[in-house]
Amino acid sequence: MNLNKMQRAFRRWLTTADAAAAHRLAEDPRGLHVYQNNYRVQLMNCLESTYPHLHAFIGDAAFRYAAAAHVGRQPPRAWTLDAYGAGFEATLRTVFPDNPDLHELAWIEWSLATAFVARDTAPLDPAHLAHVDWDRARLGFAPSLHMARLTTNAADIWSALQDGADAPEAAMLPAPAGAIVWRRGHVARLRVLAAPDFEALRLARAEGSFAALCARLVDRHGADDGVASAGALLADWIGNDLLTRVSGIRQP
Amino acid sequence: MTAFASPPVFAGYGLGLRREHYRDFLETRVPVDFVEVISENFMVAGGQPLDIVRRVRERHPVALHGVSMSIGSADGLRRDYIVRLKALVAAVDPLYVSDHLSWSRIGRFNSHDLLPLPYTEEALDVVCANIDRAQDAVGRAMLFENPSSYLTFAGASMTEWEFLARMCERTGCGLLLDVNNVFVSAANHGFDPFAFLDGIPAQHVRQIHLAGHSEGDGLLIDTHDQPVPDGVWALYAHAVTRCGPVATMIERDADIPPLSELLAELALARRFNLREAA
Repeated sequence: MNLNKMQRAFRRWLTTADAAAAHRLAEDPRGLHVYQNNYRVQLMNCLESTYPHLHAFIGDAAFRYAAAAHVGRQPPRAWTLDAYGAGFEATLRTVFPDNPDLHELAWIEWSLATAFVARDTAPLDPAHLAHVDWDRARLGFAPSLHMARLTTNAADIWSALQDGADAPEAAMLPAPAGAIVWRRGHVARLRVLAAPDFEALRLARAEGSFAALCARLVDRHGADDGVASAGALLADWIGNDLLTRVSGIRQP
Repeated sequence: MTAFASPPVFAGYGLGLRREHYRDFLETRVPVDFVEVISENFMVAGGQPLDIVRRVRERHPVALHGVSMSIGSADGLRRDYIVRLKALVAAVDPLYVSDHLSWSRIGRFNSHDLLPLPYTEEALDVVCANIDRAQDAVGRAMLFENPSSYLTFAGASMTEWEFLARMCERTGCGLLLDVNNVFVSAANHGFDPFAFLDGIPAQHVRQIHLAGHSEGDGLLIDTHDQPVPDGVWALYAHAVTRCGPVATMIERDADIPPLSELLAELALARRFNLREAA
């Protein structure tokens, strides 16, 4: 057996515990079992460390059940083990289809993990804003920013567990809201936004145009309140390091 | 393939940087001569990990130790991995860049474990071609570590130490000698660990790892969760006579004790070298 075939047989053994693959690799299976145990334990531990609050919330047995399902359906592909948590939310949707709180809690933890190591950006210099032509201004947001609609109190569950408190019972929100995750300095943060503010941020991020944002808010709230609302949102995004770039300098 | 200068000799004593000790290394003057970090933990786009490794680098020489290069992959190296490693090397200017004589990946599957290679001519060709490419990419000679293994392959045509010697000769790479891995593999496969130490090209050894292990089902397991045991110290005493003073460190990956305990183990390693020098 050449090296390529041996490595493919080894992959088969690790991912399926296929007895024929084991037999092709070694007469004594004890060593193969060590490697398979290492493989599975490593992936399960990775999921536990990526999703600590989900683990605490659903308990060890349920978490290990979901993690084992994930290991079975999604062999690791990336060179970094840190990427293995990607897609666990999709596994939870299959394993626990009627628990949107768990799906949203997983989204929060995965977003926090990826925001933590997202590309660095310099904070926006407020002095720069004095020269911006706001009719033409293009907005750029932090590369660490993740956004998702929220239907449950998953953010409250996460926050309680993060503070070392007892988690509340899972519940649906009275009205859908939005969650954002991003990094300020070295700290990844979670924040819940009311639906209108979430939609405004989504629009600004998708279209990148401050004028389009103003137009949308003026349509909704009228001229004075719409412009004031756009200004307040802009101040909030700048103050929280969500907005990292504004292009479109006024010509002298 | 480019011929690179041999990695420098650095006769110092160090520790692996682990999360539990970040504050010690960033806020106090830890009495070590170098620090080894797991490369992949810092091969990220941004955020705190890069800031930490830069700040540690301001205080200590840093060795980059990888676990995911997969130098034994039959289908070559991953370009995205090499690009990220190259960027980290440029950012850190490390003392050494090392990885393991093992494989982790085939095709799009990455096991995230250090899997064993058959010691054959074909595997030697694959490993040497991959080392040439890796060294060309990072612009320097690398070190490769002997792994712990739990499996041998029928059809092997040479011993592990013969494989290591020919690998160094063909690629100009150096060796990271993990004494615990020698102990574990010798026990698991029934070879003489002193024959291993006498068989490797000692002049290529630039770094030594000292660690502990656990007992599994008839096999020793390389868990790195114990103090260095007496049997490993005995092998280290022999290794020192062969390799001379080279960068030596305690490698602890699980059940991380207070830093003072690891420094006490490192002091023991220093004493072995003082005894040898006397």
